[in-house]
Amino acid sequence: MTQDLSTPVGGAPTMGASPTGASPSAGMPTRRPPAPPWRQRLHHWDVTLSPYLYISPFFLLFLVVGMFPLVYTAYVSVYDWDLIGGQGEFVGLQNYRAVLDNPYFLKSLVNTISIFVLSSGPQVVLAVVIAGLLDTRLRASTLWRMSVLLPFVVAPAAVAIIFGSLYGDRYGLVNEALGWIGLSPVQWHVDRLSSHLAIATMVNWRWTGYNALILLAAMQAVPRDLYESAGLDGAGKVRQFLSITVPMIRPTVIFVIITSTIGGLQIFAEPRLFDTTPAQNGGSDRQFGTMTMLVYDFGWHLRDLGRASATAWLLFLVIIVIALLNFALTRRVRSLGGSR
Amino acid sequence: MNRRPGFLVYGLLGAFVLGSALPLYWSFLVGSHTKEVMTRQTPPLLPGGHFLENARRVFETVPFWKALGNSLLVSSVTATSVVFFCTLAGFAFAKLRFRGSTPLLLFVIVTMAVPTQLGVVPLFILMAKLGWTGSVWAAAIPWIVTAFGVFFMRQFLVDAVPDELIEAARVDGCSQIRVFWTVGVPAARPAAAILWLFTFMQVWTDFFWPLIVLSNDNPTVQIALNQLQSGYYKDYSLLLAGTSLATVPLLILFVATGRQFVSGIMQGAVKG
Repeated sequence: MTQDLSTPVGGAPTMGASPTGASPSAGMPTRRPPAPPWRQRLHHWDVTLSPYLYISPFFLLFLVVGMFPLVYTAYVSVYDWDLIGGQGEFVGLQNYRAVLDNPYFLKSLVNTISIFVLSSGPQVVLAVVIAGLLDTRLRASTLWRMSVLLPFVVAPAAVAIIFGSLYGDRYGLVNEALGWIGLSPVQWHVDRLSSHLAIATMVNWRWTGYNALILLAAMQAVPRDLYESAGLDGAGKVRQFLSITVPMIRPTVIFVIITSTIGGLQIFAEPRLFDTTPAQNGGSDRQFGTMTMLVYDFGWHLRDLGRASATAWLLFLVIIVIALLNFALTRRVRSLGGSR
Repeated sequence: MNRRPGFLVYGLLGAFVLGSALPLYWSFLVGSHTKEVMTRQTPPLLPGGHFLENARRVFETVPFWKALGNSLLVSSVTATSVVFFCTLAGFAFAKLRFRGSTPLLLFVIVTMAVPTQLGVVPLFILMAKLGWTGSVWAAAIPWIVTAFGVFFMRQFLVDAVPDELIEAARVDGCSQIRVFWTVGVPAARPAAAILWLFTFMQVWTDFFWPLIVLSNDNPTVQIALNQLQSGYYKDYSLLLAGTSLATVPLLILFVATGRQFVSGIMQGAVKG
């Protein structure tokens, strides 16, 4: 992520080099007959104030819908706070303690990470392969690119219902297909790991094509003469892909991994609508309940907004830790590859 | 690299696309048969003739027209608002020099990585205080501006508008707002279209926030689906007919604007 986001940050010093923006106005008097002082002053204000005028509507709204909630969540998390009754007594870190002591916290944390691992790994590998296939001189290339993106326009709620029926415990198509090849049916909604696998399939189905297009863009930026010289040296297509393409698109792969970490750990609609029990907490024993489902459960079933906020903050910490871990891991893989 | 790819490449891609389309076909397949279809040993290969009947039952079970109207309203209002505010701010960050622009932009980028769930509780408290819970406007509130929108427009406009053009317009005595209107806005148009589409889709498919803030009698499409699904007894013909209906609007949008979606994702990656 730092690789990709460093562009605007790194480019910033040039923007800030002359913060008053005086250069255009300084050039004015030499080209035109001298303007009356009040016009010059007006012009000066126009130049210095306009940028703030342009960004302030965004920042004012962003303050209310983006920033205030983040800070206020921390505030709510240290109070007794009822969904209906509102703010109660200050309780310090007791909400956090209660959440951490709740047996479902650890369970939903493990479920979230398990679903995330089952979805992100295969997804990135498959996306790299699909991107590689798209990065050839295909006929009707735009049509192919659009086709792989098709699942992306299906809402997670719809995806969950469709796959919930495909993975039906009794009459699902997947179990029937297993029966055709002589395997016994799987209890997709009951068995813990199987349910994680089913939910990971939904995520993979929806996001692989999207990530493939991001990676394809990176692949197209790889200088083509690298391939030509490798071809002259006798490297085959697969060899070229593994030793030129894959190393060259590393920063984008890291970007894809980090964004899928942030998104994947917040998974909610898929497990909730996969659940066929009335409570919709992630299975009868919460065998596939996730962290975000726990936030919802605390806040809108148990009506405890204080604990919901504490859970949201804990989820945020988990996301940061795993994102950093991913980042460190991918860097390490590079240094190992480099020493070879 | 000049050779056209062989059958293997087309075959593998074809298999992937088939896998992408199959679940959607399954949804329509089951949605067009009676509910007994799920209990058959081998599912039928072709759609049946009961789709309209199932669709009628969807409209009887949940307020689906209202849901469609609400989703359309919330998605298009937020998409327009995001494009407006984020183009304005993105232009300032891309092309104007001002004190504090670097830290402010950095701040916007950092908040992009913060999960939305973290803000849900206070937003709900705010909506409850204002008495907006249950109203369709509450569903739009968290989306009226996005950090991503500013970042996306800024990245696009940095290259799309040559600095010389702005200088020239200023030398000719253009006020800042005219520079934005005559130089910035025309250049921003392709990116604005992409940002509009993405925001529309993101809000249309959003589930967590409308589930919290809306009620079952005034839902968005996703919440109507949730309602259909949450009964104890599952009638999959009804459920998947509803799912097909819910997916059709975005499919139409995708067929009409798929090119923009593709180039938007690929641009975001190169410039991101």
